[in-house]
Amino acid sequence: MLLSISWRNIWRNKVRSLVIIFSVALGIFAGVIATAFFKGMADQRIEKVINTELSFIQIHKPGFRETNDFTNYIADANSLRNSISQINGVRGVSERIVIQSMAASAETATGVLISGVKPDDETEVTTINKKIIDGDYFKGIKRNPVVIGEKLAEKLNVKVRSKIVITVQDVNNNITSGAFRVVGIYSTDNTMFDGSNIFVRYSDIQKLTAFPDNAAHEIAININNRDLLPQITQDVKEVAGKNLEVKIWKELRPEMNYLTEAMDMYMYIFIVIILLALLFGIINTMLMVVMERTKEIAMLMAIGMGKMKIFSMVVLESVLLSLTGGIVGVLIGGFSSKFGETHPIDLSMWAQGYQQLGYDAFVYTQLDYVMLINITILVIITGVIASIYPAYKALKNDPADALRIE
Amino acid sequence: MNVIEIKNLTKIYNSSEVQVKAVNGISIDFKEGEFTAVVGPSGSGKTTFLNMLGGLDRPTSGDVIIGGVNIWQLSSRKLIDFRKNNIGFVFQSYNLIPVLTAGENVEFIMQLQGKPRKERDIRTKELLEAVGIGERIKARPSKLSGGQQQRVAVARALASKPEFILADEPTANLDSTSTTSLLELMSQMNKKYNTTFIFATHDQRVMDKARRIVTIEDGKILSDEYFDRD
Repeated sequence: MLLSISWRNIWRNKVRSLVIIFSVALGIFAGVIATAFFKGMADQRIEKVINTELSFIQIHKPGFRETNDFTNYIADANSLRNSISQINGVRGVSERIVIQSMAASAETATGVLISGVKPDDETEVTTINKKIIDGDYFKGIKRNPVVIGEKLAEKLNVKVRSKIVITVQDVNNNITSGAFRVVGIYSTDNTMFDGSNIFVRYSDIQKLTAFPDNAAHEIAININNRDLLPQITQDVKEVAGKNLEVKIWKELRPEMNYLTEAMDMYMYIFIVIILLALLFGIINTMLMVVMERTKEIAMLMAIGMGKMKIFSMVVLESVLLSLTGGIVGVLIGGFSSKFGETHPIDLSMWAQGYQQLGYDAFVYTQLDYVMLINITILVIITGVIASIYPAYKALKNDPADALRIE
Repeated sequence: MNVIEIKNLTKIYNSSEVQVKAVNGISIDFKEGEFTAVVGPSGSGKTTFLNMLGGLDRPTSGDVIIGGVNIWQLSSRKLIDFRKNNIGFVFQSYNLIPVLTAGENVEFIMQLQGKPRKERDIRTKELLEAVGIGERIKARPSKLSGGQQQRVAVARALASKPEFILADEPTANLDSTSTTSLLELMSQMNKKYNTTFIFATHDQRVMDKARRIVTIEDGKILSDEYFDRD
């Protein structure tokens, strides 16, 4: 009956209760939708980084990632590649020669990171081939084709079929140059990546740098199912042996992992701030409720309702009040976020700024069910905290005094 | 048999400089089944006396012994339990729980006592029929007249099967028809359940119905008279 009394008490002053319920609902809705938005944004960013820049797993010789030492390569990369492609769940394996160099056009020169790839293998690992906006992905030019980013094309002022000169250090530490022709221009959502990464054929860069046969600096691996990553990583480690470094995307780009964690933390802080603001509103309402019912509470005490029950009645009322608003907010926020999973939020007005940072201009929200449960729990806690002082005031009632006021 | 024994009951209110003796050394007994009116002018100490009797207002000194228990020696938790199981209250302004129906208001106290649902249902129905509003069992207090609300309050006071019922000015907000019928009802209940009723009142109609009238003035008993009303 306590629950029933508390619930019915909420509706004694409909307008006042609805104002609080609406405020809580609005606050929670904002929290849920913002969470889904930023989670979606972060997930999209991670997805893109994996698909265009990283791949799920990479293998290097220890120390290569830190120094980019051209001579620190995996000698039997080709046979390792073949063994890895036999592992269950592996979609594609690509050997890469990775080298820092200068790229120069007729007008200017800039530092770039060259990836020497085998195009057929690379398309199974990253999606650069799908990001071509002009020209083609290693098709149409037979001699020394190069795929460059849109930003770099702007910087060097080149277009498809333009010639650029790449200057690198070969295995003997001699400076050597080669003329390459732009076969395709790609554009990802990360202009920084587009401005500094170019792709050439493995065989072309191998010839230019006198790189040994069957060797590679990097082996990138793509998988079919993200959930199988831990198992596949384990299998790859076994095949690669202890002398090679096997890293997953989170280790290769830890900031990407921190991005999700930080986003989650910011969202909790954001929601706690919303709830703190709401807390004072609820305390105020519950104080009014208790003051208005001084005589009624005194009567309940007089007829034998224990202090604990009276305390619980006030707490329950506050919790039900906040929870009603919370559930409305969670439901509306949840449905809106679900809708946003298939209908992206268009930020193309600010696309340039977002793309500079590597984010997509169209954000698909990502509903996090665990977050919804946690928000609901936080709302209940808020309701309980908001009720403590008013409930304490209720218990301070002296029934004899209160009942004397007729 | 004495239901209540009061010994040298005193209540002193200390305001800033003045000491007010609201109840000044009252000693009196109430027997089972009595129908008593405690009367006196405003400020005579009736309500304070009743509140101390009902375990609501702690006396400065003296004892209130109900069924052999000195209630002011009980801990506050035990006193609440004692009130719940032994004392029924009827207040001047009904004081029903507005969000509960008439039936739920009567049932509520039995629920606090932990009585099983079946017993609660039967007794709620029986009491509301006994006070003449059995058909309004599902009505909320706001849908009932003052007289009907006070009848529900009487049914609620009886629901816990108390040793006695304290009624502080129960007719003060009622018109004369409602007052007459309420007094008739309480008199019937007093006889039917042999429950002791103690009223604080200055309503002549209540005094006309009471079989014992205790007059208080300046916190002291001025007279204590018995009347044969049958």
